[in-house]
Amino acid sequence: MSEHEHTRAEGSNGLGGTEHNELRENTQLFNKQRYEAVARVEDYEAYRTQAREIKEAAIERLPDLIEQTRQAVEANGGSVYVAEDAADANQHIEGLLDEKGADSVVKSKSMTTEEIHLNDALEAADVDVWETDLGEFVIQLAKEKPSHIVGPALHISREEITELFEAEFDPEEPLDTAERLTRFARDYLGERIDAADVGITGANFVLAESGSIVLVTNEGNARKCASIPDTHVAVAGIEKIVPSIDELHPFVEILSRASNGQDITQYLSMLTPPVETPAVDFRSDDDPTMSDADGERAFHLVLIDNGRMAMRDDEDLRETLYCIRCGACANSCANFQHVGGHEFGGETYTGGIATGWEAGIEGLDVAGEFNDLCTGCSSCVNACPVKIDIPWINTVVRDRRNHSEAPSYSDVLVDGLVPDAEPAGTPLQKRFFGNFETVAKLGSATAPLSNAIAGTGIARAAMERLVGVDARRDLPTFERATLVEWARDRPAQVTDPERRVVLYPDVYTNYVQTERGRAAVRVLEALGCSVTVPAVCGSGRAPLSQGLVSTARSKAETVADTLGGYVEEGDDVVVVEPSDYAMFQREYENLLDESAYDRLAANSYDVFEFVYGCLQNGADSSALQGPTGEGVAYHSHCQQRTLGVESYTEAVLDELGYDVVTSDVECCGMAGSFGYKTEYYDVSMDVGSDLADQFEPVAGERTVVASGTSCIEQLDSLLRVESRHPIQLLAPN
Amino acid sequence: MTTGSVAAFERSLAAVDATSTTVTPDEFADALEAAIETPAVGAPLPFDDVSLAETSVTLDPPRSTLQEAACGVTGSPLGIAELGTVAVESTAGGDELISLYPERHVAVVRASDVEPDLTAAFGWLSEQFERGRQSFVFATGPSATGDMGALVRGAHGPATEHVIIIEPHE
Repeated sequence: MSEHEHTRAEGSNGLGGTEHNELRENTQLFNKQRYEAVARVEDYEAYRTQAREIKEAAIERLPDLIEQTRQAVEANGGSVYVAEDAADANQHIEGLLDEKGADSVVKSKSMTTEEIHLNDALEAADVDVWETDLGEFVIQLAKEKPSHIVGPALHISREEITELFEAEFDPEEPLDTAERLTRFARDYLGERIDAADVGITGANFVLAESGSIVLVTNEGNARKCASIPDTHVAVAGIEKIVPSIDELHPFVEILSRASNGQDITQYLSMLTPPVETPAVDFRSDDDPTMSDADGERAFHLVLIDNGRMAMRDDEDLRETLYCIRCGACANSCANFQHVGGHEFGGETYTGGIATGWEAGIEGLDVAGEFNDLCTGCSSCVNACPVKIDIPWINTVVRDRRNHSEAPSYSDVLVDGLVPDAEPAGTPLQKRFFGNFETVAKLGSATAPLSNAIAGTGIARAAMERLVGVDARRDLPTFERATLVEWARDRPAQVTDPERRVVLYPDVYTNYVQTERGRAAVRVLEALGCSVTVPAVCGSGRAPLSQGLVSTARSKAETVADTLGGYVEEGDDVVVVEPSDYAMFQREYENLLDESAYDRLAANSYDVFEFVYGCLQNGADSSALQGPTGEGVAYHSHCQQRTLGVESYTEAVLDELGYDVVTSDVECCGMAGSFGYKTEYYDVSMDVGSDLADQFEPVAGERTVVASGTSCIEQLDSLLRVESRHPIQLLAPN
Repeated sequence: MTTGSVAAFERSLAAVDATSTTVTPDEFADALEAAIETPAVGAPLPFDDVSLAETSVTLDPPRSTLQEAACGVTGSPLGIAELGTVAVESTAGGDELISLYPERHVAVVRASDVEPDLTAAFGWLSEQFERGRQSFVFATGPSATGDMGALVRGAHGPATEHVIIIEPHE
């Protein structure tokens, strides 16, 4: 066990402890402030697009840019070293310190130096190292590691910092306020900065043309580390290079807004070292003036590869290199908010994008330790200022992890039973959840017996032991008559249709919640549509969630083929389940060829989006069921929100006269199979508690509705009342 | 620079916890004395019509004075109205250290150097880089940290900031 793993274990104190409360409050606040800051900027989307394009182009021509940076820095009088890996980087930096005879270093926060464990290496070489970012200083004293890319000590409360400082420094006055702590730390670190031989900083960006480095901070410590010691070493991943000052603007617009909701940080330093600021020797006995200062400034840039060039060649991990370390993916992630960065992260990086970084830098094993905490809810997709498809990276890594296991005895049993396209060695639990469609088909065909058996204690215990289905979670009840069968046996209701609709029978709607499917059919018919419910397989959502990418792809191809045929005939595709709708709109882009994806994405609609469209185009709303007295409490679905279609439900209900209260928590904590798994049941319920807190008080007096199957299942276990899909409110009797 | 933009700059400065005064060159010396705390150190202002020469600010300060000063005064080649930002250039006169060490930073900026927004500021930066002036800090309000459990002004840098905006005579 490395020292970092050791301190990590000590640093975490289990689910629901103070650590998580601090982190939850802080990340939720950052996330709220992000929404507000982004809303203030008219061109935010344009800046995201520009930033993305600049990163794509820069990574594409990275070898050129590295060479250009080298030439520029050397022309300015500095040095550049490209380190292959952590050991190489540390050895080089130690060499630079040796050359100077340096035995004290002050540092400004840098995730890249965390990544290479520079502090450990320098301390082993008898160099005093002080972290000057106050959060990082706290972490250093606590012998922990950062829990968050931007706020390394977000998980530690003020009271705990006071305790830590008082034990460490035995100060004359109590350090019982944030002000006193800050003053103490500033004075203490100020003395160390003035006495340091070398300042080490990271770099948020490196500008190839001029050889400049860009540092983004609030405290001013990076400025001090870069300008007070006469020697400045900047350490940065090679992916931090952008061509010139002209490309910097969009990043400055998005970085701090995405990070914590500031319009701009206190200090944006664009330095082209060695800088002209006089090198004043703060340790000398003389008392030189600015103009007397005769110290020579030295600058060294250490660029780190450490797996990045290989990530650049990896089609799926490449996007990770566009990351600008804003932490928005972590702040927007309900699971991260609740479990924190020591659990939802690897050796260095935490949160959504950490899977990509850790897989590229450390390897699949490290990324695999926390990869399953990503439920694919896609909340981070809109949060990411450079539009990285983080859920896709997590899915790909999960898929690779699945394939890295050796085949076992259980595979022999399962191989013949499940019709997936996965090789032996894929974990049994993943194959079970990934093949839920097969389970549902069997369960429906043998209902109600299947439901009765599944509900017995013996069956639950066996399921928990074999495939990790938590016995505390209610199982879905399979319907004997599927939605497809019901629709097939039903005579046509609309003879002269306004529109022709294909209702997609997703696995849940077809086998479990057939009632919401029947309601959707009746609503669409009431609006003058003819409705077909074709027999077609699942969208691939379930296997995709488990990282069974090839199984998901083969389902996607079948679905796109079948539904595409209807689309060619002029039908619109309507989807009840948001996670399947999101497959058609988002994930299919990664699974299908372009034309098949485009055809389905352009012609498929969320059911309420479609109803809204019909009403806007003159359909008669009086054909639908209006309010019956009770108000409605509505929880939309994470993927609906990412796609921006969550508001149609509210708009339609409003138009029909319903009194609607909408949850503002963004996650139910269930996310399909996640909440069923024994190892995540507690996290799922903990995340769900935010939703329960909001709906519990209104559940007695309002009808609770939710768009997603998982959301409904989670609400059913959180509340005393049953929930249903909002389309069921509208269906005429 | 229109009066409206100066007003926008003043509002943005207030929003980031900085104070400001807008004066003519004739009024500068008095405004400066009112804004500083003593002992004050400064870097030569890069302007023709105002200077620190006849004020109580120590120019070219010895190192020890820099560490003891209550206030640092620097001239700023750029302001950003939308954000309340002033630029600090790395110069041989010590702008970087003088604006960073003392508890209070007083920045002097000409109204004609205030750009409306970050887009315009980057246009300006691009020109400076082209001309070989390539080390600037955009400073927005006093330094701050949230790392100790609450927002505190004055972390490693100044705790208060005052901006004197010089408007030409009518």
